Amino acid sequence: MTVETGPPDTRARPDRAGTDPAEPLLRVRDLTMTFAGRRSAPVRAVDGVSFDLAAGETLGLVGESGCGKSTTGRMLVRLLEPTSGSVRFDGRDISRLSPRALRPLRRHIQMVFQDPHSSLNPRQTVARIISDPLLVQGASAVDARRRAAELMELVGLIPEHIDRYPHEFSGGQAQRIGIARSLATGPRLIVADEPVSALDVSVQAQIVNLMERLRAELGLAYVFIAHDLSVVRRVSDRVAVMYLGRIVEIGDKKSLYENPQHPYTRALLSAVPLPDPVAERRRERIVLLGDPPSPAAPPSGCTFHPRCAKAQAICRTERPLLQVTASREVACHFPGD
Amino acid sequence: MAALPEPPLLQVRDLRVTFTTPRGSVRAVDSLGFTVEAGRTLGIVGESGSGKSVTSLAVMGLHRGAEIGGSIALAGQELTGLTERELSRLRGRKMAMIFQDPLSSLHPYYTVGEQIAEHVRVHFGARRAAARRRAVDMLGEVGIPEPARRAGEYPHQFSGGMRQRVMIAMALVCEPDLLIADEPTTALDVTVQAQILELIARLQQERGLGVVMITHDLGVVARVAHDVLVMYGGRAAEQAGVDELFAGPAHPYSRGLLDSLPRLDDADDEPLRAIPGSPPSLLAPAPGCAFAPRCHVAAAATPQQRRRCATERPEPRPYGAARRSAACHFAGADTAATAQTAQTAQTAQTAQTAQTAPEVSP
Ligand SMILES: Nc1ncnc2c1ncn2[C@@H]1O[C@H](COP(=O)(O)OP(=O)(O)OP(=O)(O)O)[C@@H](O)[C@H]1O
Ligand SMILES: Nc1ncnc2c1ncn2[C@@H]1O[C@H](COP(=O)(O)OP(=O)(O)O)[C@@H](O)[C@H]1O
Ligand code: SF4
Ligand code: SF4
Ligand SMILES: [Mg+2]
Ligand SMILES: [Mg+2]
Repeated sequence: MTVETGPPDTRARPDRAGTDPAEPLLRVRDLTMTFAGRRSAPVRAVDGVSFDLAAGETLGLVGESGCGKSTTGRMLVRLLEPTSGSVRFDGRDISRLSPRALRPLRRHIQMVFQDPHSSLNPRQTVARIISDPLLVQGASAVDARRRAAELMELVGLIPEHIDRYPHEFSGGQAQRIGIARSLATGPRLIVADEPVSALDVSVQAQIVNLMERLRAELGLAYVFIAHDLSVVRRVSDRVAVMYLGRIVEIGDKKSLYENPQHPYTRALLSAVPLPDPVAERRRERIVLLGDPPSPAAPPSGCTFHPRCAKAQAICRTERPLLQVTASREVACHFPGD
Repeated sequence: MAALPEPPLLQVRDLRVTFTTPRGSVRAVDSLGFTVEAGRTLGIVGESGSGKSVTSLAVMGLHRGAEIGGSIALAGQELTGLTERELSRLRGRKMAMIFQDPLSSLHPYYTVGEQIAEHVRVHFGARRAAARRRAVDMLGEVGIPEPARRAGEYPHQFSGGMRQRVMIAMALVCEPDLLIADEPTTALDVTVQAQILELIARLQQERGLGVVMITHDLGVVARVAHDVLVMYGGRAAEQAGVDELFAGPAHPYSRGLLDSLPRLDDADDEPLRAIPGSPPSLLAPAPGCAFAPRCHVAAAATPQQRRRCATERPEPRPYGAARRSAACHFAGADTAATAQTAQTAQTAQTAQTAQTAPEVSP
């Protein structure tokens, strides 16, 4: 499989007249999402998230359940309209565009979901599922079908299975279908929300390898959301750690994993069980007290303070902002050791 | 001669569990045997559908409508063939189980204190007030702050991690000897998982519990297990001490699983060594080794050896250390020296087995 089988017009760019040529593929600023609670207080699921993503780069987004990873991802692809803040894609703010104005841009930004089976329509054939985004973009039925077969081959499926239904595929194969669908329009950015979490261990590696290969062949950029820190380390160039709707540490993958600066990043990394019994016995673990708090009632100041062993008086009153420390950004009054 | 040795806490032999479905009968677990000693943890790993839960439910006598064959002995007492009444007397008192989703096993309309106390009353015939005191003590023991107040709350008022603590309190309040934990931390965040695993380990030490820890996470196994059972397609692929398994897996599937994991400390510039294909269907089991279509050892073997894999089902056979076993015609073939073929490796391994419990070099 070669680049030629890839989308024909991958490099086609949306209108970017009058934008800064140095602007990254994706520029996210102060992204915030507040859900109006039905009977409860409003939930600020995402609270001032900012980051840049270059073309062809992968940003890993990690954090515990409910910290706002999926909500962030859904705003990036505009499945959700942010409460405030901006998402600039290729120099253009897409966070406020109407559905109509958004349509030509949709082809450039696609999403892959966690549960491969429930994200595919059970009553549609694979041909239909994969070619749908192309038909929406105005391709002819014949072209769309041919392209669907090519994409199946690209993601390691047998093109002869094009008329089968999702339930006839295993979880790993279904995830390949989801990936093929996301590639149909020749996107430049894929937001993958826990793309391997629902898969069997032995199949996860296949999908991770596939996504890495596609990135190299097609020059894709990924926002890769996962709670599994080992998987994220493997696929990412940079990693952002989220806690209660905020990024608490973001930086180069290697330095973040080898020398985490935020107390939460440290605790998170030390909690991951290593598949090595000898190392596990030797290891000193930071066991955090308590559960992640609810975003409906976030603690004051640094929201991590009730669980942080290093917390001082200032942590309860003043919110730490992201600041450059040890070649990455950290939101903590007392970063490092 | 000394007196007969005490029987192990749990001894399962040749377990077979068969379900009748509209599409035919499904042998979800077959020829499975393992042992759990008091004070030790057996980790059972395997992919979705490999038979982990079916096995644990069979031990607990919780299968309705399944046909159970073989033997399950708890401290020497045979459990297969017991009536539901006899079994329910043992559940809670001698053996207990916790699940991935505690909400599904807690009653929404009773306070957690009432639910735990109820167990104490049923099994010990305790008075209401005494049972309630015992429940509060137990909640404190599993690390629930302000246990007296929280005992009066309902399950939905607890977070996921706290609910799992409640489940553990309920499971252990009647002081069973065996605890079966089926993916107890899979639904929890990793920092909360660390708390729960630590709690189970502490209670195990204090009480000398035998623990069966079912998980698909090899990291969890490495952290908590003394012994490991790797399941594939309803059967044992390999059984080994935890250090032996991770140092040198004997079964190609165990090897494949360990190799395919992304690690926090690997060189991340090469592709992961993925196992090709997907887990087998139990509806149409192949005659030979269930792992054959995905097996790298079989793929590299001679046509004659491959035919054996495709036609002859490998049974668990002793391998290396005492009580270690692998169900593979060419066990250890890819673990032994790299340049050796499956054939010569197997010969070497057979020779090794003949000596006394040598370690397998990784
Ligand atoms: N009541 C039932 N009737 C028919 N088949 C069943 C029944 N319960 C389980 N099975 C089958 O038995 C096999 C083993 O299931 P089991 O639940 O033990 O898997 P598991 O190893 O616990 O998987 P997981 O990791 O997904 O929990 C599966 O193929 C399953 O579909
Ligand atoms: N549609 C919604 N309405 C109300 N609250 C929501 C909605 N979607 C998500 N939330 C809340 O926002 C927070 C972040 O959720 P999510 O982004 O799904 O977290 P993650 O993906 O990191 O697990 C959670 O507290 C969640 O309950
Ligand atoms: S700001 Fe204070 S409470 Fe927050 S992480 Fe840093 S030290 Fe801990
Ligand atoms: S018996 Fe053959 S197919 Fe099965 S695991 Fe061993 S080598 Fe592989
Ligand atoms: Mg999510
Ligand atoms: Mg199960």
